[in-house]
Amino acid sequence: MTALENASTATVHEQPSVPHRSRTGVVVLFVVLGLALVACAVLSAGTGQLHIPAGEVVSSVLHRLGLGGAPVASHPHGESALWSIRFPRVAMALCVGAALATGGALMQGVFGNPLAEPGIAGVSSGAALAACAVIAFGWSFLGPWTTAAFAFAGGLAATFLVYLLSRSGGRTEVVTLILTGVAVNAVAGAGIAFLTFLGDTQAREQIVFWQLGSLNGTRWPYVAIVAPLVVVGIVTATGFARRLDLLALGERPARHLGVDVERLRIVTIVVVALLTAAAVSFSGIIAFVGLVVPHVVRMAVGPGHRVLVPASALGGAVLLLCADLVARTAVDYAELPIGMLTALVGGPFFLYLIRRTRRTAGGWA
Amino acid sequence: MTVTLSARGVGLRLGETTVLADVDLEVRAGEVLALVGPNGAGKTSLLSLLAGDLAPSSGEVLLDGRPVMAHRPTELARRRGVLLQENRLSFPFEVLDVVRMGRAPWRGTPLEDDDDAAVARAMGAAEVVHLARRTFPTLSGGEKSRSSFARVLAQDPRVLFLDEPTAALDIRHQERTLALARERAGAGDAVVVVLHDLSLAAAYADRILLLSRGRVAAAGTPAEVLDAELLSRVYDHPVETLERADGSLLVLPVRSVEAHA
Repeated sequence: MTALENASTATVHEQPSVPHRSRTGVVVLFVVLGLALVACAVLSAGTGQLHIPAGEVVSSVLHRLGLGGAPVASHPHGESALWSIRFPRVAMALCVGAALATGGALMQGVFGNPLAEPGIAGVSSGAALAACAVIAFGWSFLGPWTTAAFAFAGGLAATFLVYLLSRSGGRTEVVTLILTGVAVNAVAGAGIAFLTFLGDTQAREQIVFWQLGSLNGTRWPYVAIVAPLVVVGIVTATGFARRLDLLALGERPARHLGVDVERLRIVTIVVVALLTAAAVSFSGIIAFVGLVVPHVVRMAVGPGHRVLVPASALGGAVLLLCADLVARTAVDYAELPIGMLTALVGGPFFLYLIRRTRRTAGGWA
Repeated sequence: MTVTLSARGVGLRLGETTVLADVDLEVRAGEVLALVGPNGAGKTSLLSLLAGDLAPSSGEVLLDGRPVMAHRPTELARRRGVLLQENRLSFPFEVLDVVRMGRAPWRGTPLEDDDDAAVARAMGAAEVVHLARRTFPTLSGGEKSRSSFARVLAQDPRVLFLDEPTAALDIRHQERTLALARERAGAGDAVVVVLHDLSLAAAYADRILLLSRGRVAAAGTPAEVLDAELLSRVYDHPVETLERADGSLLVLPVRSVEAHA
């Protein structure tokens, strides 16, 4: 065994000092996002036809929390406008943004592809189709949960369909994923068109505006339905974030490291459908948030899902708060559809991502 | 020597093709077993069966006395580590993070405390410390291979499966990688390594299994298996073996004069 002599060169392993990743960047990111979230929420709550200064918004919140402060005094209807119109809407924007961005991050993780997004892959439109059916047929047998439940079922069906159709040999190629999304979107679009045709005038109008996406008319009971779903989704996702990291190595290496890959996939898909349904059920289709936010977070702090998932949730909330503020205030006495706004920004961003990925070839593999 | 892993009458059929048939083998603790054979002989498939990635169509693979696929995923991950030929990553993780992923099976066990030290040792051994902060997709083929090897070393399994670990490596790192494999065997682990370079197999393996068209053509010590006549037949190319003064064995293809012209 002559190799033993060679082997002796490798026998002494001094323990080298490996440079550690500093956590400063992560801390800074969370602090910045947290501050931005509070600032945007206060600003958004105070802005509108009835202006309430930021100081009074904060003071009113403190008052309700029993921490001093005082109700809004600058305007007779200020307090009620703030608590029955503005705050539910702010809370909804926050929930929906967090849900969409987290859904995107998870979907990218499970497909091993930075271009996967619930909207592009057809998950949102699957959920939308089911929700439109509820509107068109006036179903209400599950009470206020009807739309959310149907959106969840539709989103889940669409996710599994996309998943089964676009995977082959354990990998998802971007081209297949996007083309599958095109097909699913087309079929769901046809279904929605048919429902629009079937519905009465009121249902039609509701469907049309719902597809454009809007947070208009949000009330606390809606928030009470959406918020728990979003919280459950994000908490569950944070729980299996570490395993999603391993999935980046590929299916087999992840299994070699002890990940039950099939189970992880199915759980992730259910959570994505849950988050998408939560986002879509009351606010309609708001695209591209799930694409833009995780991407920016990855550029800032790297791809580790334990940071990516919660940071995307925060980032999505901030983004949607800002988008909703613009939607409400850009045009006087009218409201722009928020889905239109996010698509306006997200579409070109998607193009940029495609070009970039193509150059580095990584995402096409 | 303790038998860690054994395959009995293992066969694999994919559709109409018989990829492997009637393979018997034992992997023993403290030993390096090399799988060699021509392209398409079934080396990688055999490795997949042994590692529990694929279920055999016939026969059985036992790891520590139980069918390999009956182990729970985490349990299996603590017992065996696998280095594949191709190592890719969907997202730009840093090399340090990738090596750290090797520690995943030990989460929640007392050995978790050893994580940092195990990662540092593995990176030192595979000579990738200087790559720690580089992102994996920016590495060269050989650097990716070494970083992935470091990941498997950090996993610290009792059985290591290495599929052509030296394919993308320069001479120094070929030798180093196999020396590390030997060292693991010396510490009591079992190593199964797929190799194309028969001289490397001769130098580092305790035993060699020669596959030909899905069947075992020969199994035994390097001196027994690396027979010029047998190899020439299996590889369908004239091969000669040379014994050097120090007793080491060289396996070389016979080249016609025109090849140098």
